[in-house]
Amino acid sequence: MNSQITPEVIAAHQLTPEEYQKILLLMGRTPTLTELGIFGVMWSEHCSYKSTRIHLKKLPAEGPHVLQGPGENAGIVDIGDGYAIAFKIESHNHPSFIEPFQGAATGVGGILRDIFTMGARPIAVMDSIRFGKLDAAATGARNRRILEGVVSGIAHYGNCFGVPTVGGECVFEESYDGNPLVNVFALGVFRHDQVFYGKASGVGNPVIYVGSKTGRDGIHGASMASAEFNEESKQKRPNVQVGDPFVEKLLLEACLEAMQTGAIVGIQDMGAAGLTSSTCEMGSRAGTGIEIDMQFVPQRETGMTPYEIMLSESQERMLLVAEQGREEEVFQAFAKWGLDAVTIGEVTADGMLRVKDNGAVVAEIPNRALADEAPRYNRPHTKPLRTAPLDGPEIRSADLGADLKRLLASGDLCSKRWIWEQYDYQVRTNTVTGPGAEAAVVRIKETGTSIAMSLDGNGRYCALDPRQGAKLIVAECCRNLSTVGALPIATTNNLNFGNPERPEIMAQIVESIEGLAEACRFFEVPITGGNVSLYNETLGSPIFPTPVVGVVGTRKTALPVGIPFQRPGLTVILLGGLGSPESREFGGTQYAKVIGDFLWGVPPRLDMEYEKRVQSTIRELVLENVVESAHDLSDGGLAVALAECCFGPAEVGAGIRLTSTMAPELLLFHEGPSRILVSTATPDLVFASAKKNSIEAIAIGATLNESLTIRNQNAILIHYPVRELKSTWSGALEHHLLHDPVLV
Amino acid sequence: MKAGVVVFPGSNCDHDAWYAVSHNLKQEVKFIWHDSRSLGDVDAVILPGGFSYGDYLRCGAIAKFSPAMRAVAEFARGGGSVLGICNGFQVLTECGLLPGALVRNAGLRFVCRTVAVEVTNTASPFTHRARLGQILHLPIAHGEGCYVADEETLERLEAEDRIVLQYVDNPNGSLRNIAGILNESRNVMGMMPHPERVADPMMGGRDGLVILESLVSSFVSSL
Repeated sequence: MNSQITPEVIAAHQLTPEEYQKILLLMGRTPTLTELGIFGVMWSEHCSYKSTRIHLKKLPAEGPHVLQGPGENAGIVDIGDGYAIAFKIESHNHPSFIEPFQGAATGVGGILRDIFTMGARPIAVMDSIRFGKLDAAATGARNRRILEGVVSGIAHYGNCFGVPTVGGECVFEESYDGNPLVNVFALGVFRHDQVFYGKASGVGNPVIYVGSKTGRDGIHGASMASAEFNEESKQKRPNVQVGDPFVEKLLLEACLEAMQTGAIVGIQDMGAAGLTSSTCEMGSRAGTGIEIDMQFVPQRETGMTPYEIMLSESQERMLLVAEQGREEEVFQAFAKWGLDAVTIGEVTADGMLRVKDNGAVVAEIPNRALADEAPRYNRPHTKPLRTAPLDGPEIRSADLGADLKRLLASGDLCSKRWIWEQYDYQVRTNTVTGPGAEAAVVRIKETGTSIAMSLDGNGRYCALDPRQGAKLIVAECCRNLSTVGALPIATTNNLNFGNPERPEIMAQIVESIEGLAEACRFFEVPITGGNVSLYNETLGSPIFPTPVVGVVGTRKTALPVGIPFQRPGLTVILLGGLGSPESREFGGTQYAKVIGDFLWGVPPRLDMEYEKRVQSTIRELVLENVVESAHDLSDGGLAVALAECCFGPAEVGAGIRLTSTMAPELLLFHEGPSRILVSTATPDLVFASAKKNSIEAIAIGATLNESLTIRNQNAILIHYPVRELKSTWSGALEHHLLHDPVLV
Repeated sequence: MKAGVVVFPGSNCDHDAWYAVSHNLKQEVKFIWHDSRSLGDVDAVILPGGFSYGDYLRCGAIAKFSPAMRAVAEFARGGGSVLGICNGFQVLTECGLLPGALVRNAGLRFVCRTVAVEVTNTASPFTHRARLGQILHLPIAHGEGCYVADEETLERLEAEDRIVLQYVDNPNGSLRNIAGILNESRNVMGMMPHPERVADPMMGGRDGLVILESLVSSFVSSL
């Protein structure tokens, strides 16, 4: 049997010769093929974070609200009144490229299980999705089909499961051509006394398998190419799993009911690495062993080997440990919902993961070796990869109004209604503010508190400076939350990068993590968990470094203050001031991208102290109902933000008068942070609050009917009927998509 | 009033309906599990939205065979009020308690949007508190909400004044803009829009209360 372990087989499991030596040392003998497969998947980058773990430690993980930091299925933070939220983000990038619909759907399924395995009922999902450009000559049609597939996959899973998809972001960039990013964030709510952990405590307690049967789908996504397997490989199912949101919904209800019996000791979902990771991680956390026998595992195919069963990534499955003698109570809950629940083994005292097949031991590995002894690499890192020049072309617009329209019609800035209308964003009747807003706001019916959440990334900024880019993203998320009146309290992050074995990519990773750490510490939003997705490269060309950040916050439940101007006759005030960008700081903007088709320079400057004071100001103004609308400036700068404020159902416009000596292109379109547009009937109160917080606040005009006019020093820069701008903005995405004959 | 909300495996708006009746309308309401052979002592039944049994075959096609639906059919035959919302409407057509069928949206995609709906009949237990011609802003959230029936059925529905709700701007291709219809005896209504989602000012409107309060006030005079 041991002769099966050739260098080729080791390499096929993506283990290096050094890693294999470590396995020999830990085992004290040659592993069996099943054991090697188990090591291969547990020590994979995906499960072990071996390239990033030493750097992830730099992230702040503690704070006054944090009940559970990284290391569990999801982070948990306190929201008061005895309630807490569990939330996390996860990527499904590679599967979504291979099979967009199922790839995205199972991405949603996986993160939902992470939330409810902790006992929390999922109440919100957000998605951060990135694609190649829809109008690219060679790849546009493929990119359009990937977008279409990903969106319908998310809709299919979330809508049927019954969780509202309340927000997110969608970005188009050449660097995601052939490597789309699909990052899914989920959030659930529970009482403090309803929290469950993935711990296999109590020697002698039964280990119970629940949910869908195990099939050959998703086995060893990474690789499988040994001589022994070639014969079988003809029958290999595609590596992308197939999701069943209906079964997931049943699993949710059954798990929550089973948890209420008090008979469950620990529970964990079978996600990546399926039965393998759930057994050894639960054992490792509790310092126990787990012994299971394959013959008891519910299977939907015949003739499956222990190797296949242990490595299957069939969806909608959970592993739990129950109190000895109380199995019946657990079984009843699952039987009610028509799901399999069977005892497949028990908790032991010896710390081993022991896998039997009809009584014969086929794998026997210390749990700690798998879960905690995975290699950790301090990979060499040099200077972050950077291809953009520091200085760019001279910016001179031929027609500022036409530029604004082009920006509003561009993929990144246009309305994403076509996407989010395919998602049920209201189910569970908690969505106070849904998609298309500054941040999503979901109420907790039981407490009178609402949870606000924002998901954001910016690959262009990070390509120019990963450290500064990461800080700007955190600042933006916190600003989004503050703009809806919420106090940011915690963060999750998804790090999407290229190949960490390239020192210039590793440098992007390290710089981003350190930037995140600094900003999250400063804004007091500790990171309670997240995900790392590496090797996002196609034909040697990596994606832009793309950390995606999700920040959550709380506020008292009340009627929301939204982005759109509500009525004519209000004063429009710009909090934070006009800014003073240098031309290099313009190179990462949407203007540079859409109008100039070029990337250069550095990201905008960020004064974190000032940013924090701007955020405190807007929170005050929103919570005290001093402002009737609020919108932060981000992609596209002042002109785009002003236009977006006009796009409410009432189509209220504005007359804006600026007095600046800045070049009009910079004035209108630079993306300097720490700035928020508000409209108010009581400008004095706004100025007073700004003064108290030592931030700039400039009255720049008034809301009026039907048109948007922006003047600077008496020159008219922009003048359009609101309706014309709005129709450009709202119809653009559909227009891009309809170019595809396949979709017509 | 005491209402019952039927829960099928895969129902996901069951709790929303329960919350609207119990918290927004302050009425008694209980859940009825799909394998119950009896509905118990309820005055009205709500079939909620969702994906009953996954809706993999045809929306509502499996729910039709559940013991609870047999009890609901009997309840309806005896004159009991039954309101089917979204998936509930689909179940009612599958069971034959309402004519016609709901098929894939004309745009082939799931649509979640607040739409304007006109009340075209107020002589029913579900709409008697509305004004004739009143426009309600109600959310829809469905992939299969396109109402179809043969010409004869449509003529009959119209002649008998059983079309209660019509879309102002048809979002799904429904024939004759149908958003909601009644059975012959006018005690069973199916509608694709979700009144329970706008029963609370915090959710962006209260137009759904017109429907739900009509139902409740058929039993409670004080409302």
